[in-house]
Amino acid sequence: MTAAAPTRRLALPDPFRSMDRKRREKVLLVGVLILAVVYPLVFRALESAFPFVPWPGTSVLIICATFAILALGLNIVMGFAGLLDLGYVAFYAIGAYATAFLASPHFGIHISWWIVVLIAVAAAAGAGILLGAPTLKLRGDYLAIVTLGFGEIVRIVFRNLGDFTLALPAFLGGAVLIGPHANLTGGNVGINPIDPPTIPIPGPWGNEIVFSNQNATASFYLVAVLLIITFFVCMRLRDSKLGRAWMAIREDETAAAAMGINTVTTKLLAFSLGASFSGFAGAFTGAYQTAIFAESFNFAVSILIVVIIILGGIGSLRGVVIGAFAVQYVNQTLLRFLGEKILNDPVNALGDATGIALLGDFNLVNYNYLIFGIVLAIMMIRRPEGLFPVETAKAELHGVGISSDSTAGTPDELAMAEEAAPEIPKDTR
Amino acid sequence: MTAPSTTTAVPTQAGDLLVATDCTKRFGGLVAVSDVNFTIPRGGIVSLIGPNGAGKTTFFNMITGLYIPTEGTITFDGAELTGLKPHEVVRLGVARTFQNIRLFGNMSAEENVLVGLHHRLKGRWFGAILRPPSIKREEAEAHDRAMELLKLVGLDTRSQTLARNLPYGDQRRLEIARALATQPKLLLLDEPTAGMNPEETRRLTDFVRQLRDQFGLTVLLIEHDMKVVMGISDRVTVLDHGEKIAEGSPAEVRADTKVIEAYLGRGAAGAG
Amino acid sequence: MEELVKALTIGLANGLIIALIAIGYTLVYGILELINFAHADVFMLGTAFTYFFLEAIVVGLGVPTSSLTALLLIFAALPLIMVFTATINASIERVAYRPLRNAPRLAPLISAIGMSFVLQNLGLVILGPSQKAVEPVLPKTDLAFFPSGTAWFGVDEIMVVAITIPLLLVLRWFVGSTRQGKAMRATAQDREASGLMGIDVNRTISLTFLIAGALAGAAGLVVALYYGQTWFQFGFQFGLLSFTAAVLGGIGNLTGATLGGLVIGMIGAMSDRFLEAKWTSVLVFSILILVLVFRPTGILSEKVSERA
Repeated sequence: MTAAAPTRRLALPDPFRSMDRKRREKVLLVGVLILAVVYPLVFRALESAFPFVPWPGTSVLIICATFAILALGLNIVMGFAGLLDLGYVAFYAIGAYATAFLASPHFGIHISWWIVVLIAVAAAAGAGILLGAPTLKLRGDYLAIVTLGFGEIVRIVFRNLGDFTLALPAFLGGAVLIGPHANLTGGNVGINPIDPPTIPIPGPWGNEIVFSNQNATASFYLVAVLLIITFFVCMRLRDSKLGRAWMAIREDETAAAAMGINTVTTKLLAFSLGASFSGFAGAFTGAYQTAIFAESFNFAVSILIVVIIILGGIGSLRGVVIGAFAVQYVNQTLLRFLGEKILNDPVNALGDATGIALLGDFNLVNYNYLIFGIVLAIMMIRRPEGLFPVETAKAELHGVGISSDSTAGTPDELAMAEEAAPEIPKDTR
Repeated sequence: MTAPSTTTAVPTQAGDLLVATDCTKRFGGLVAVSDVNFTIPRGGIVSLIGPNGAGKTTFFNMITGLYIPTEGTITFDGAELTGLKPHEVVRLGVARTFQNIRLFGNMSAEENVLVGLHHRLKGRWFGAILRPPSIKREEAEAHDRAMELLKLVGLDTRSQTLARNLPYGDQRRLEIARALATQPKLLLLDEPTAGMNPEETRRLTDFVRQLRDQFGLTVLLIEHDMKVVMGISDRVTVLDHGEKIAEGSPAEVRADTKVIEAYLGRGAAGAG
Repeated sequence: MEELVKALTIGLANGLIIALIAIGYTLVYGILELINFAHADVFMLGTAFTYFFLEAIVVGLGVPTSSLTALLLIFAALPLIMVFTATINASIERVAYRPLRNAPRLAPLISAIGMSFVLQNLGLVILGPSQKAVEPVLPKTDLAFFPSGTAWFGVDEIMVVAITIPLLLVLRWFVGSTRQGKAMRATAQDREASGLMGIDVNRTISLTFLIAGALAGAAGLVVALYYGQTWFQFGFQFGLLSFTAAVLGGIGNLTGATLGGLVIGMIGAMSDRFLEAKWTSVLVFSILILVLVFRPTGILSEKVSERA
């Protein structure tokens, strides 16, 4: 690395002030990993020791981690390449159904999950190419609608193919081709059970480790590993030639093309790679839950992932991971806790007193999408770069003051940094 | 002084890098460029001038593939250029800068130049994820090349600064560095000295000459600054209302009555 | 044959409703280039308001159903509900879209999605998760019959026509002939130039949202009466149909939205009757995708934009 201006330190609270950036990140990472390993084991103890704290259960953490994988995938599409995909849940569904088809009694096929997951990822990636090829040329808002449509079509098709008949029309003879009442996907009821992943290591848990919702701790470790893999791959992609190409397209597509980037194939790669992570998460979810049904893969899920990305920081890897944990923690645990322990009773009492049914039946948990909707609007208006935006990370990593960007430090810090740096000559030729 | 005849096409020579024949661009009823015949000799510096709205940038855009000519053809170094997509045009060896600087604002100076190197790098997406030694080497070489180019334009000490935070003059130079990264044979500069003071302009002009002399680049310039045009060009072509109205050496064009009229209006020619 | 005509009649009635909602999408898109995601949820609130209003007058005040009083009260409710939904729509613009007037195009779209979810959640908490039956204030009488004796159409269909067609005509007159209508068209063409010509752009945009919201409210009343129910998911269901109609007719084009509405209404009715209702959404979504991919300017529109 060329030694440029000396690294300008941003004023930070102790005890990190003494460490440099890279070490600090390593320490944080190790801390998080230790927490991840230990927490599921001590969770129950914590819960009984401190019952007034909304501890997230291990199954909630599994949902958080799953959505972190989904968010990282959508981040490639939205954050790196700048494409708005409102039907991202479709690839999640495809991954889950692929797993259900190939590892369950439904069709009687029982391929090991460790192989099925690769097939699921490939299926999702393929679907991404199928969807993207004709549609990526569309303008941003039109693309959003088309992807929304695709998400809905996938959901409805999976639901309807639980009971269908494919027949020639009456005037061609009316012969039945498939059916009647064929059941491909289990319809509304869905497919269950699904074979979960297993590792044949005997122990206190039995003959093998089964990663299903019967064993939340083991499943959490598995999804955490999947998350780490996802994060690592996304990091590599971001810092590569492809990552730069995506960012260039997001910044200015015309200029990117003028620099030799084939925007069509590059966008298609973003779409397809993003979709494959969604399939990845779907394969895990299907097997972990050992059951899936079509209605759970709906538009609200797609939007929830968008909320995560907008809140966490569009384009920022750790931003969207933090966002996923925060949003799903709120969605699954905190709202219920605040409702049951604090808000619901007084509001219900008020409702009973005044006769207003809305208050009388109030339960904070039912207002989750209202809250998320408001969050979306507020974020777009006040802080579209997210709570953990990319630029801060850049500023920190390279230590060069960003004169107009307020996230880099207070005016005093920047002034101090200016003084410390040597004069950069105007004419360097 | 009589103006050189422009009603016949300028005869092309074997040394011509770019040949545009009968190029026309219509947008619905509007004819932006009409029947333009144009060549750029290898190793030359050619300027394209004309009043605002004359069709200069439209012509640029036809060369770079942003627009498809309604009629006519363009060849580059023997290869057919007409109808190619912008990224294909770049791969043949044509690079450009933009009138209203189009840098990637939220990327650093170095990253901007690295994007310019994009099509010269071989890595694919799985290489990006796995990062075998060949990719690591390629990235390191790309980084070195980017720093070389930044040094050439005097921005190596600011390599990590976000492009949008660079001062205006530096942004223009970064755009040129980025275009150079694509390893072009022909460089199209769209009003490169717009907004610059005389000192910066002089330095840019020297730089363009250096690019031709030292690196063997051919340059096509759109310019409004007549000092630059007259000082640097081997040949000047004048467009007005989409048509070529004059072509020749700077001195010839400066004295051409049609050119004076186009800029200053009828009757001004008498004063020239 | 009779089946076909009956389906087409239902399709026509649905089509008029869809057209009313589609016009709201097209008006807003024309002036802001924004797909107002929350529009259909404003319509859904219109159905909810109708439900509460009718419950209040029938259950609360004891007005007998199928009476002249009931009929008159409906026509009194209409402007009331339209004002409600118009206000909600314009307020959303003021709060969630105006601050993003100069932001990149996707920002207000995401904000609109947020608003859509806010309204849907509101619908959920005030209506509950399942459909709610609306007081049947109109007599369920059939008025026309086929030669074979089966019913063709009745009071319901007349009601739909009686409310939607005058509104469509008034709208057409307003946008075409009044000064404010001209301001709307000018602002849709070129916002900056209109501002320079002295048009109060903010007020014109607010007016557009008021009108779109009012139409959505009227459609809400009609649907509550015609379908006899309200449901917090109505927005999503009708939104798809109406947005497809607007796109089909050429988004930004009023006549297109109307004709598109009729076409989608009939396609929907035919699909429900002769295919299977559970595949209708897939059909309509497919139409939407195909139009956007192959003819984004709509079937009615002449120009196809030039892309290099």
